[in-house]
Amino acid sequence: MSEGSHNYLSARKGLWSWLATTDHKRIGILYAMACGTFFLLGGILATFVRTELGTPGETILDQDGYNQIFTLHGVVMVFLVIIPAIPGILGNFVLPIQIGAKDVAFPRLNLASWYLFMAGALMAVFGWLFVGNVDTGWTFYTPYSSGASNAVLWLTSAVFVAGFASIFTGLNFIVTVHKMRAPGMTWNRLPLFVWAIYATGIVQVLATPVIGITMVLLFLEKLMQIGIFDPALGGDPVLFQHFFWFYSHPAVYIMILPAMGIISDLMGTFSRQQVSGYTFIALSSVAIAFLGFLVWGHHMFVAGQSALSSIIFSMLTFLIGIPTGIKVFNWVATMYKGSVWLRTPMIYALMFLFLFSIGGLTGIMVGVLAVDVHLHDTYFVVAHFHYVMMGGALIGLIGGLHYWWPKITGRMYNETAGVIAAILVFIGFNVTFFPQFFLGSRGMPRRYHDYTELLPNFPEFAPLNLVSTIGSYILAVGLLMILVYALYSLFKGPKAPANPWGACTLEWTHTGRLPDEHNFHETPLVTRGPYDFRLADDVFGPKEED
Amino acid sequence: MNEQGSIWLPESASTVAGDVDALFYFILVTSAIIFVGVMGAMVTFAWRYRRRSENDRPEPVRESKLVEASWIAIPSILVAVVFVWGFRVFLELGIAPPNSYEINVTARKWSWTFTYPNGAVSTDLHVPVNRPVKLRMISDDVVHSFFVPAFRVKADVLQGRYSYVWFEATRVDTFNIVCAEYCGTAHSDMYANVVVQSQDDFEGWLVENMDDGSLTPAQRGERSYELEGCWPCHSLDGTTLAGPTFLGLAGSTRNFTDGTSAVADDNYLRMSIVNPAQQVVEGFLPVMPQQYALDLSTEEIDALVEFIKEQQ
Repeated sequence: MSEGSHNYLSARKGLWSWLATTDHKRIGILYAMACGTFFLLGGILATFVRTELGTPGETILDQDGYNQIFTLHGVVMVFLVIIPAIPGILGNFVLPIQIGAKDVAFPRLNLASWYLFMAGALMAVFGWLFVGNVDTGWTFYTPYSSGASNAVLWLTSAVFVAGFASIFTGLNFIVTVHKMRAPGMTWNRLPLFVWAIYATGIVQVLATPVIGITMVLLFLEKLMQIGIFDPALGGDPVLFQHFFWFYSHPAVYIMILPAMGIISDLMGTFSRQQVSGYTFIALSSVAIAFLGFLVWGHHMFVAGQSALSSIIFSMLTFLIGIPTGIKVFNWVATMYKGSVWLRTPMIYALMFLFLFSIGGLTGIMVGVLAVDVHLHDTYFVVAHFHYVMMGGALIGLIGGLHYWWPKITGRMYNETAGVIAAILVFIGFNVTFFPQFFLGSRGMPRRYHDYTELLPNFPEFAPLNLVSTIGSYILAVGLLMILVYALYSLFKGPKAPANPWGACTLEWTHTGRLPDEHNFHETPLVTRGPYDFRLADDVFGPKEED
Repeated sequence: MNEQGSIWLPESASTVAGDVDALFYFILVTSAIIFVGVMGAMVTFAWRYRRRSENDRPEPVRESKLVEASWIAIPSILVAVVFVWGFRVFLELGIAPPNSYEINVTARKWSWTFTYPNGAVSTDLHVPVNRPVKLRMISDDVVHSFFVPAFRVKADVLQGRYSYVWFEATRVDTFNIVCAEYCGTAHSDMYANVVVQSQDDFEGWLVENMDDGSLTPAQRGERSYELEGCWPCHSLDGTTLAGPTFLGLAGSTRNFTDGTSAVADDNYLRMSIVNPAQQVVEGFLPVMPQQYALDLSTEEIDALVEFIKEQQ
């Protein structure tokens, strides 16, 4: 393949060629720019939150200001970053090439999903800037949100609209995986990233309508005073929480499954070894997609649901936890007798294993009924879900972006800078969030603006909060460093080879430095699995004699 | 376990705390062992099998059935153990002994009120030591959550539906009650104390705090100020909280957000209680609940107006 002239970036020029593109790769980049911007915004909000909590008393925000900032941080990070990012960016860019397809099954629907996502995001920003403040938390619990300002309607509408983007993306990937695989790309030869995005698609299609309907009901209640959730109008005070978690727990898998897919690919490629337990990992992703619908009640052990429900939900939670634990064992085992190459993406994969294990084990802690009664709604939970959502989902995303960066941009980034930033992120993350386990289990509730007044026998919260705040600055420096060397690489980075990592999946073996507009000149014929390095003479040259 | 608490857990002072803590530490230690094991394997493999040449192509590893069976079986057994254990302690936390002493709890933005069987009312919870106490709780507005870290108990407090929590305090001391469910502006200030007293002291306190009708209107106003939760937002010493201070309020000139102004006479004070959003003083947000017109009797509002007028 000749360099330059025919790749997907150079094939068409001009702003319109981006805004009207149906190329899955370009749509992936549109998602990357949008999600990147929102991640920066959400991160800035997070440093405001941590700065306020760094010292006792009012530091930089008053109570209402703090409540609005943490609400926005949650809404932006959950709905505009973690949920859409991996399927939107890497799913779009990588999945069709990995299965040997020219594009997704419905390219126009794919573009429509990005526009809906942007429409949702703009509604949220508009509501925030011009309608009023929202201080409900990202969970919008009633009856608090019933009494909040009308800006909450803008945010819930935004969630409703952005939800369709999620549904369209999921639908597209399900059909694409079923119908568009290249000859020889059997289900057993799908890269685990594809399996993960496929399972995620199922959850997106089945779960997202529930949050949509819930938001419509909230709308009807607020505007037309129809009693659904608000007891003052004859509604049920706990119903909203059931509806909300019926979506939002499966949504946790929308967030984490794609990251697990990335980690599987990274562990295989950088260990140059079959991913241990391939079939188990592939099928358990799909199983989790369905089981994930049966555990929403574990968010409500102390919320007034019946004890019997709590017991059943706790048991189901463990059923889902065991396969996740086994996946971690499989990833570690993948390195056994492998050839481990510690480049930046692999460092993020190992970081994922470290952080996600802590997130998972503390998840067992809060899944145990009697212990959760004490830990529920404390900083222990905040620490737990940051270990899973950021330490898991976002670290997976960052690792994946480093892995596929040369294929997306055609350039390399500075490896040393990558390693230093990864170390800063690792240290910063743990210094930020590990102290929050202590704060929570010692009794500091979450969503607290201040902790000075807690007298008389309360433990000291100030030192640990200060440590956590300092950690958040280290984390911020690490993340900004990534932004800097990524931008540098974009313009000045050395040109990447077509397959810098010695990977064996189609996006590396069957495309040039940058993929063509239609990915392949000829439809690839697949003759081996995604991690059959031993058979990949096309990548490594003929076998050396042993 | 340790009554003084540790880096992980606060001090403990209830009959169930020991059971909860034992389970907490069991999971903590087991998790730590598993974590160290997995990370140890990870670091060992990453080092031991590091890449030595660019064209390394290691032999595929045959998956060992024994290893796989054990890493399925061991975690399954462990979670079965903690599930059953957690379930048993959960029942202990959930079922109040039949002889429990019952106290009613009302939560609202952003204060607690406790009502005792003899009619005594208080803003701090007083309980007898070594006797099971059952709280019947309801909220005036949004969802709150009653949490006493030292007792390891927590339950959400809902509007329009009772919820319950019980505990038995094991020593005479004072502990914190905090609100654990986010409830708006002053969520982090919604705390109160549990005062654990000996049976005799507790009974004495109950009698002292019975309302026998001998209070003056301003004294009754002061009582409402505490029990209805005016105090988290309206100070008496000139401090600005979520609402204006009561100090020097009566008779002063108030400037409103709509640009008008008025002198704070009796009618203004009354209107500000029953319809607080009508005129909002400059520098404040219309966050005061509208419920007081319904919650307070005419006499109680009169008494509050008297009380506010005394704050000069």
